[in-house]
Amino acid sequence: MSDWINTILQGLLTGGLYALFAAGLSLSFGVMRIINIAHGDFAILAGYAAIAIAGTFGLNPVEAMCAVVPAMALLGYALQRGILNLTLGDDVLRPLLVTFGFSIVIQNLLLEGFSADSRSLDSGTFGTASLQLGGNLAVGLLPLTVMAAAVAILAFMQWLFSTTLLGRAFRAAADDPETVQLMGVNTRHIYAMAMAIAMAMVAVAGVFLALQTTVSPTDGPEHLLYAFEAVIIGGLGSLWGTLIGGIVLGVSQAIGAKLNPGWGILAGHLCFLAVLIIRPSGLFPTARNR
Amino acid sequence: MSLLEVENLTAFYGDFQALYGISLQVAEGEAVALIGANGAGKSTFLRTLTGLLPIGGGQARFAGAALTGTPAHKILASGIALVPEGRRLFPSLSVEENLLLGAYAKRPGPWNLERVYQLFPALRAHANRPGTALSGGQQQMVAIGRALMSNPLLLMCDELSLGLAPIVIRDIYAALPQIRAEGIAVLIVEQDTGQALAVADRVYCFQEGKISLEGRPADLTRAQISLAYFGV
Repeated sequence: MSDWINTILQGLLTGGLYALFAAGLSLSFGVMRIINIAHGDFAILAGYAAIAIAGTFGLNPVEAMCAVVPAMALLGYALQRGILNLTLGDDVLRPLLVTFGFSIVIQNLLLEGFSADSRSLDSGTFGTASLQLGGNLAVGLLPLTVMAAAVAILAFMQWLFSTTLLGRAFRAAADDPETVQLMGVNTRHIYAMAMAIAMAMVAVAGVFLALQTTVSPTDGPEHLLYAFEAVIIGGLGSLWGTLIGGIVLGVSQAIGAKLNPGWGILAGHLCFLAVLIIRPSGLFPTARNR
Repeated sequence: MSLLEVENLTAFYGDFQALYGISLQVAEGEAVALIGANGAGKSTFLRTLTGLLPIGGGQARFAGAALTGTPAHKILASGIALVPEGRRLFPSLSVEENLLLGAYAKRPGPWNLERVYQLFPALRAHANRPGTALSGGQQQMVAIGRALMSNPLLLMCDELSLGLAPIVIRDIYAALPQIRAEGIAVLIVEQDTGQALAVADRVYCFQEGKISLEGRPADLTRAQISLAYFGV
């Protein structure tokens, strides 16, 4: 019995990582209507960047994250302002194609720079430390930290969207990108800010991923898929739904893997399909259809 | 010198020319009305002044600065605010958030949240409701308040009376003297000619993308207006 509870606990905490992946995807879709196909690849890029600078400068993972996250945010701002803003318009295919191109470029640059070998970021003793909950129950400190970070980041996003001028501008730009300019909002800047925040979140996810497991240059699309599933399960446009979606996905993967080591990812996909059939708008739908 | 000076302005929707050489002035603190039939180019003219539609040709200067090529958010910051046709409130923002977004550019001036609630007391009770949950007239008040929050020098209003009951239209136009008392110039597009003539210092009539008549309401006869309006 206790190992089942352990399994579910592991799955639940994995959900935190999925939610971090999903929140950035959800933000760029919510504000710009851009589906960033390279979203997972940017996470992997951030993971490799952390591995590289931690190795080169002897930084610990926390310091590496503090360097990588702002750098990825800047990259996000620049890519949106310099390239992605030009793809916006009536044709939804253009941003898809451009971000698909980013995905190929990033994967090949990583292959070129780091070879196809899997790598990971050394977490020292922290990576294997766990918190005993009594009985035979234990949770890893690292997954717990990831979950805490996910909750803190989502709470920050909630605050940003509901109480700040920038958050109001995000929501208004999503509602009506033309009229918001009549309020003095420079939409090109606002979109770039949204992409910067999305990229910062995905960078946090990528560094945690490299700490928890190994990464290889072509891992991105797999994580994009999990992010999509978490967003759809939770309900498009719902911040906390994203967290629930990540948890549902994580728990179903953990249960599947417990039944048979080969069934983990399959169980996640099946759960996603079940949600699509039973509740196509997700568990916590808030998005209005445009 | 006029606050807004437009000379021979043209505008296009793709290959379709919507404005053919519009020349018009608005002085500081003046109330000017644009009248004309549907599709005469009045709304298009306002859109070119906001920067949402590019100026095709001719000159437009506001407070001494050229408007051609200036992006919409900078034009707002220079002091032109538009109350758009159909109000265009942001559905995911509350009434108060809609108003606060109007102050995004942080232009200094007499208008703030409190002043807007004084002007339209009916809004105060609905501050936290979604803007789109209000009645049409109240939504129009939010749209006007939102534009005022940017402390404009020139307030442009596109079809304030559209879809509203006459009594509601009267309430909304009753706010105009208080708005003008701050020295704001207003440029009003209105299909309701009687309403336009009643509030404006000067009137321009648009017909098929050109100005067919201009003058002070007192100097214009009904027959002149009718001719300029319908072209028959």
